[in-house]
Amino acid sequence: MSVDTLLTFDSLYKSVGVLGIQYSEQAKALKGKDVRLRGYMAPPLKPESKFFVLTREPVAVCPFCASDAQWPVDIVVIYLRDTLAPVDFSRRIEVVGTLEMGSWTDPKTGFVSQVRMVNAKVSRL
Amino acid sequence: MLFKPSFLTLAVCAAVLSVPCAAQTIFPLTRADILAGSHFDFKVEFASVVDAAQVKVTINGQDYTKVLGKSAELIAREDGKEVSSLMLHDASISKPGQYTVTATDGKTSTSVIWSVYGTTAKRVAKNVILFIGDGFSIGHRTAARILSKGIEGGKYTAKLALDDMPYMALLSTQGTDSIITDSANAAHAYTTGHKSCVNALGVYCSRAASTLDHPKVETITEIAKRRGMAVGTVTNSEIEDATPAAMVAHTRRRSDYNDIVKMFYDSKIDVMMGGGSPNFLPKSTPGSKRSDDVDYIERFKQADYKIAITKSEMLAAADDAKTTKLLGLYNTGNVDGALDLKFLKKGSVSRFPDQPDVPEEMRAALQVLSRNKNGFVLMVESARIDKYSHSMDAERAIYDTIMFDSAVRQAKEWAKAHGDNTLILVTADHGHAVSVIGTVNDDEPGTEMRNKVGTYAEAGFPNYPAPDAEGYPNKVDVSRRLRLTFGAYPDYYDTFRPFMDGEFVPTLRNADGVMVANEKYKNIPGAVLREGNLPNKGARGANSGVHSGDDVVLTAMGPGADKVHGQMENTDLFRVMAEALALAPQAKVADAKVQKK
Repeated sequence: MSVDTLLTFDSLYKSVGVLGIQYSEQAKALKGKDVRLRGYMAPPLKPESKFFVLTREPVAVCPFCASDAQWPVDIVVIYLRDTLAPVDFSRRIEVVGTLEMGSWTDPKTGFVSQVRMVNAKVSRL
Repeated sequence: MLFKPSFLTLAVCAAVLSVPCAAQTIFPLTRADILAGSHFDFKVEFASVVDAAQVKVTINGQDYTKVLGKSAELIAREDGKEVSSLMLHDASISKPGQYTVTATDGKTSTSVIWSVYGTTAKRVAKNVILFIGDGFSIGHRTAARILSKGIEGGKYTAKLALDDMPYMALLSTQGTDSIITDSANAAHAYTTGHKSCVNALGVYCSRAASTLDHPKVETITEIAKRRGMAVGTVTNSEIEDATPAAMVAHTRRRSDYNDIVKMFYDSKIDVMMGGGSPNFLPKSTPGSKRSDDVDYIERFKQADYKIAITKSEMLAAADDAKTTKLLGLYNTGNVDGALDLKFLKKGSVSRFPDQPDVPEEMRAALQVLSRNKNGFVLMVESARIDKYSHSMDAERAIYDTIMFDSAVRQAKEWAKAHGDNTLILVTADHGHAVSVIGTVNDDEPGTEMRNKVGTYAEAGFPNYPAPDAEGYPNKVDVSRRLRLTFGAYPDYYDTFRPFMDGEFVPTLRNADGVMVANEKYKNIPGAVLREGNLPNKGARGANSGVHSGDDVVLTAMGPGADKVHGQMENTDLFRVMAEALALAPQAKVADAKVQKK
């Protein structure tokens, strides 16, 4: 898949405020299109093969991470096309997938996400 | 599970039945101290499905309904499992004394002992301010004192405000499940007077499947609100985090943030401030972490709360004489700590440039809460002493300790100017394994950082600049700096210097699931790989420093503070507050005698 548009966590949002996030015009224009995004895979809450959370910085200090409670607010949820091979959580990765925005509740896990990349593939940088 | 099986349980099983003992578990657990008149859930868990006709529960030999005033529900198959339970919500006992509770299913019998206590009739304190330095340990205290007071002639030039108090005690922090506590059951001990287990808030830890179905005990918020007092909690963590949540929450799992927001709302707590806004936003709002469409910002507004999302808004709201309820949310995550907020401008300061620090939050809270003529209870938390000690970021932990002390100093000034009738308690919820062991001197020869560490006489004195008015040196990366070490750690690169670009991230999980040192720090000149002494694999794998089971220090002043002395259980702190506020007043002989005199 050759995808030219490289989004960044910074270019995804116009603002991140106490009362909510505003998407950038660029991100809104790319909704439904294939994009690339680089970040770090957050350690999954339970073993998941096709679903993970991509964060701007490595997620490390979270001694009581039994839930999503302490994940940063600007996460992107990745739904993979295929099963994922193990990833080093300290290595930056690139994800290619179709950008989705808007609240969505995963019927299997109940996990609510705001920004997703679906049908995604992961590569190491 | 109790560390020590109930003596009574064993005695009854062994002596009377001589069969394998699968005894009942009774909540509150044995040796509970219960404030007279406070509410608690009474639960008996049987080891199997029981015959209702065979179940007998007595309190001091009487049928339990006579003492508790109502009947419990017998749940034949709790959570669909082959076990029965007896559950009675909102029980209370008004008469102080010792109560022996015995439950039998016709086969085995278990007893526990509760001690119900009253308080003096005369309330000595109008207000209580409870300061919690999360993870605040002796090492932090000493380090903060060195940086913000300095030493002359071998003596500190002045005392920390939190040291300069007439009463002091050591508090033990262990819980019902472990010698090591977390911030949930630790704060719960202070706000309820009951012991509990790791991750639990406002409940005993039972076998209930749902985190919200465990036997509850009342918090100081519920008790004080019932008496017409105002209540507040301010912090620089997310407001849903364990310590502030302990003021209102009843859940077995501290990470139930969305439920905890509802509990804050239902509690009608008057002032709450911190970070953690996403759990207040309906899921349809981008940036929300809720799983429903309830807009808690709107609900709080409709319940007459002023909402502040910046320091400026907070100050304006507090100054408005009509403000009696205030919700302040200043960050999506934690509010930035003092070193970033005031000096380095790292962390999330660029995104949230107008956040208050903890002393500023506290002053605003005091303005609002003191509008209630019946007095108030306020919890003030410096949360990131703990968070930065987990991440082994010594300087950030020390600066937040200085901030904590600044808040205490300002509270003392406030109390003095407002009638000297405020009980001030300053403590930690648990420790970290931190110690001041010397200094690091860049001017020592060579490149090996460990050989620049000065101990004993070679430690000398660090060369931080004189502190500013709030007690902070305005430069942290000095050439001769404090060496605060962490005794329990995962693999990490020890850099022997402060982290000027943002909080330290010591350890990450690799592709094999092993916790490894974060290589980001590998090439910092002089960095040394420390092989951790904590588990690095599986569920026990640690990616940060851990809590210690060391006792914590409690210092106290003001009316009622004289009860603070010696070595105490952390739950005794609740009793000190209850006594000072006369939360279970007894028309006692002792009081009558005093009046006659």
